[in-house]
Amino acid sequence: MDMVAGKVKMTQQSVNSTMNPTDLLERPIRLTAKDVTVHYGQKQALHGISIQIPDRAVTSFIGPSGCGKSTFLRCINRMNDTIEGAKVGGTIKLDGEDIYDPALDVVELRARIGMVFQKPNPFPKSIYENVAYGPKIHGLARNKTDLDEIVVSSLRKAGLFEEVKDRLNEPGTGLSGGQQQRLCIARAIAVGPEVILMDEPCSALDPIATAIIEELIDELRENYTIVIVTHSMQQAARVSQKTAFFHLGNLIEEGVTEDIFTNPVNKQTQDYIMGRIG
Amino acid sequence: MNALIVAALLLVLLGVSYQSGWSRSRNLVTADGVKVHSRPQYHGSYVAIWAMLPALAILALWAWFGGDLTHSYTVSQIPQDILLGLDQTGLNGTITRIDALASGYGVTGEIQPFEQSAGDALRSFQMLTFVGVLLVAAVAGGAALIYARSRVTARLRARNAVERVINIALLACSAVAILTTVGIVASLVTEAYKFFTFINPLDFFFGTVWNPNNAGTAGNWGSYGLLPLLTGTLMITVIAMLVAVPVGLMAAIYLSQYAHPRLRAVAKPMIEILAGIPTIVFGFFALVTVGPFLRDLGNLVGLSINATSALTAGVVMGIMIIPFVSSLSDDILNQVPRTLRDGAYGLGATKSETIRNVLLPAALPGIVGAFLLAVSRAIGETMIVVLAAGNSPVLRGNPFEPVATITVSIVNQLTGDTDFAGPQSLVGFALGLTLFVITLCLNVVALYIVRRFREQYE
Amino acid sequence: MTDTLSNTHAASLERTKLVRAGLRRRHMSEAIFRGLGLAAIVMALGFVALLFIDIGRKGIPAFTQSNLHLTVTFDPAVIEVGPAPARADFTSEAEYNAANLGWQREVALLNWNTIVEQAMRAAAPAGLDIDSRTLLTIPETDARHRIRALFVENPALLGQTVDVDVLASANATNWIKGNIDRSLGDAQQQLAAPARTLIDTLVENGTISNGFSWSIFTNVDSRAAPASAGLLGAFVGTLWMMLIVVALAVPIGVAAAVYLEEFAPKSRLTDFIEVNINNLAAVPSIVFGLLGAAAFINYMHLPISAPIVGGLVLTLMTLPTIIIATRGALLGVSPSLRQAALGMGASKTQMVFHHVLPVTFPSILTATILGIAHALGETAPLLLIGMKAFVAQVPTSPFDQATALPVQIYLWQGNENRNFFEPRTAAAIMVLLAVMICLNGVAIYLRSRLEKRA
Repeated sequence: MDMVAGKVKMTQQSVNSTMNPTDLLERPIRLTAKDVTVHYGQKQALHGISIQIPDRAVTSFIGPSGCGKSTFLRCINRMNDTIEGAKVGGTIKLDGEDIYDPALDVVELRARIGMVFQKPNPFPKSIYENVAYGPKIHGLARNKTDLDEIVVSSLRKAGLFEEVKDRLNEPGTGLSGGQQQRLCIARAIAVGPEVILMDEPCSALDPIATAIIEELIDELRENYTIVIVTHSMQQAARVSQKTAFFHLGNLIEEGVTEDIFTNPVNKQTQDYIMGRIG
Repeated sequence: MNALIVAALLLVLLGVSYQSGWSRSRNLVTADGVKVHSRPQYHGSYVAIWAMLPALAILALWAWFGGDLTHSYTVSQIPQDILLGLDQTGLNGTITRIDALASGYGVTGEIQPFEQSAGDALRSFQMLTFVGVLLVAAVAGGAALIYARSRVTARLRARNAVERVINIALLACSAVAILTTVGIVASLVTEAYKFFTFINPLDFFFGTVWNPNNAGTAGNWGSYGLLPLLTGTLMITVIAMLVAVPVGLMAAIYLSQYAHPRLRAVAKPMIEILAGIPTIVFGFFALVTVGPFLRDLGNLVGLSINATSALTAGVVMGIMIIPFVSSLSDDILNQVPRTLRDGAYGLGATKSETIRNVLLPAALPGIVGAFLLAVSRAIGETMIVVLAAGNSPVLRGNPFEPVATITVSIVNQLTGDTDFAGPQSLVGFALGLTLFVITLCLNVVALYIVRRFREQYE
Repeated sequence: MTDTLSNTHAASLERTKLVRAGLRRRHMSEAIFRGLGLAAIVMALGFVALLFIDIGRKGIPAFTQSNLHLTVTFDPAVIEVGPAPARADFTSEAEYNAANLGWQREVALLNWNTIVEQAMRAAAPAGLDIDSRTLLTIPETDARHRIRALFVENPALLGQTVDVDVLASANATNWIKGNIDRSLGDAQQQLAAPARTLIDTLVENGTISNGFSWSIFTNVDSRAAPASAGLLGAFVGTLWMMLIVVALAVPIGVAAAVYLEEFAPKSRLTDFIEVNINNLAAVPSIVFGLLGAAAFINYMHLPISAPIVGGLVLTLMTLPTIIIATRGALLGVSPSLRQAALGMGASKTQMVFHHVLPVTFPSILTATILGIAHALGETAPLLLIGMKAFVAQVPTSPFDQATALPVQIYLWQGNENRNFFEPRTAAAIMVLLAVMICLNGVAIYLRSRLEKRA
């Protein structure tokens, strides 16, 4: 695709995600959510969320904690299925296909929509096995050479390969926090997803590791549709092209990141961005 | 009766001393208005502790030595010529008769004059010593009371003193646990040592024949080879684990990962009922139901299975251990953080793939620890094996035949008589020591693993 | 981006195809795995059900027992004994006791079997030819003791005729209930042919009928008269032991837990104590029996077969459980409660005893009851301290010889008269399980009530 070609490597401060608003609006829509509600038992966590996620761009969800942004993210690859008593209503379509269609296989869906979690959660296996696990269960590699190739290229894309190439057989849990999170990103990439969901991927990391991950996200958007939940407005501003603001289970405002941060329409959004709620 | 009098007197002493400390403390407040360090109830307790300790100590001494003293007094009352004509049983009989006479209850048969006089003497002796001991205890308690009372002043840190006593009492209670271990080790080691003075340890640990000669005398003790018992124990343990581990682990997995909460709420306690059933019940079940069933089943497929065999005992023991394995595994599976499971689901793994590839490997150390604990339990289990394993201490490898285990042989050799003179009964302690060491090693390793596992995910 | 992972539309279609290809197999293995899990649950629950059904099926019939309704004549020709001594004739209690004992001994020496035999013949059809040996196999051998006891209690019965119910013998019960195959030949039968015929006649004419077997609850064990063997002695023995366990294990266990959790400095020693307690909880119970035999009986010379020793052994066995449970409960008390108490100026001891311990009361209580339920069913250590000796008295103190419920089960299952004792053992097991279920039920009930209140 015609992404910003010849993009300049940027430092943390200036990771530039400015994209021409019209450019963003012209992008094809990958995911469409309509009137999504979530109940945990008696408690309603989401009140009718409708949003469109553009292809090959970073969309960020911001809002105070407990606002439902993570809950909504977990709806997109049906992770809420694994929580007892969670009920999801409304529709979410991936390329026009309803992901809550009973005929749809959730396993296949999750192979197409990968996820990276708040806390780095490498499996208690070797670095290699961590990355190879997804391709293995999905049967994506025909042979060992194929698998090696997938592992190496995934680690490369996650910007981790150079750091770990000599210790691929050591446990993934032995890496530093930032490395672990990049390992988890590599693990998600290895399956070859079309969409990657990131649930506050930097909340457990120090600033330097955070900067590296943010840079990585910026690179990844060339090839993947990325949705990121973050509690940091600066991070949203730095990495995303589209931003949605959630509050108390409602989607308050969405739009091009620049607009949201410079010129929010809604009073609540304004208050949040100015630090008056949160 | 006597015990009631003693208890009543002790209660009186307790009440009086507490009251005296308490009232003195109250007077302190009214007398000079100085700030009193401790509240009156602490002064009361302080005096009470002071008063009770010497009284209790004297009573304890009497309880310890009083019986022997009375016994020797009674013996001294029997005329010398009669005493010489009595053997041990006769002496005991005579003493019982004298006791009965002294307590005012009649005896059958002709009462000999010496019995009557000894009975009367014993009666007054008992009366005298009882009153004497009570008096001494009361005087000691009273003296201590007066001393402690004189120490009650405004500045006395009675609360700290009382709390120190409480602290020491608590420490003593936790020392009981240590003492139990020390007691176990000491009794096993000393008695086993005595056994090894009869039988060469090498013959015990590496002997292949178990054939104690229970009526034997020196030079003809019989053979005490551990190996047949050890193989029997191991065979039953292996069979038990083959039953318990798959069923217990899969049940834990299903309950914690798949089952509807309502099923879990019903099934979990139901399975735990199995854990509460006494082993003797399992033994009976094995003996009268499972054994014959396995025998008939064997006949059906052309196998010769004994009704009491390693298989019967092992299967039933496995059933007994199922809840143990399942509840430990359940605990451990629940300790694996949710994020790991989420990671696998997020990659598109199915539930069983997540469980097999992520959950179980992550929980493996903990589960291994749990299995080791289960093995240690199986090795030490007694009643099922006593009833259902057939008690045939022969070295062989066929699980369909009767076997004997270490625990069975302990029960057989130690029938409760205290005569620990020959190797026939002493071998029970050598076997017990072996059992203790084996299970201790398993437990230490298992508990260490489980502890490390918990720390890993904390 | 030209490597295998390039995210072109074609590549992702290709990947989706690969994923789909494997789905069938993966869902199949998912179903199998799930099925295995379900099978494990069904098996485990099935074992519980099987065990209970099996024991119930075997044990319930044993709660009814055959009784003989006899008309007994206290024939003066057989009962040749002087009048019972009267207290008024003697100056001292001891003399009276001695005389009374002598009289009872004389009474005991009479041939009471003759009385029983006469009563049996009176109940049998007239002119039946049966020898007295065979005839006496029908009532339980304790029938004569029952009748003698009636006489000792009331010597005025001499010469009178009264109705007395006695138990049918174990073999007769087997025959009546069909516990023994009725078609077996004479050689394999426990009773002689005339006795079997007579029993059937007596059942028909109502002399023998089945009734609830109170003897299980009111009698002590008996070898000579198996049909009258009951659990009372074992029950009281168990009761004594449980009293000792409650009186010792609970205070010591709670105190130890309080010390370790609240007061002990965190040192190697307390670490060691902790490891030690955890290990003690996993030591096989039979090892505690060895400790009891060596330390309490051989070294301290406590009486053999006595509940005091059994109680001490079970106390030591239960202690770790109570300590661990109490520590867990103490650990669960929120730090804010402690800080609040300390902030009010309470000393540490006051904090623990006034604030922390009361909160943990429900957990400690539950742990105690469960620990006792466990101790109640323990058998192996008791065998080693001589509690498997045959005891035919109700122990009146913890120093008397006694046995315990589970040991009684062990003794009964080993009885040679299997036809009679297998159901009776199952009945004893039902009694034991009933006691345990009650204890567990009480624990659950108390916990839920106390937790609601807290």
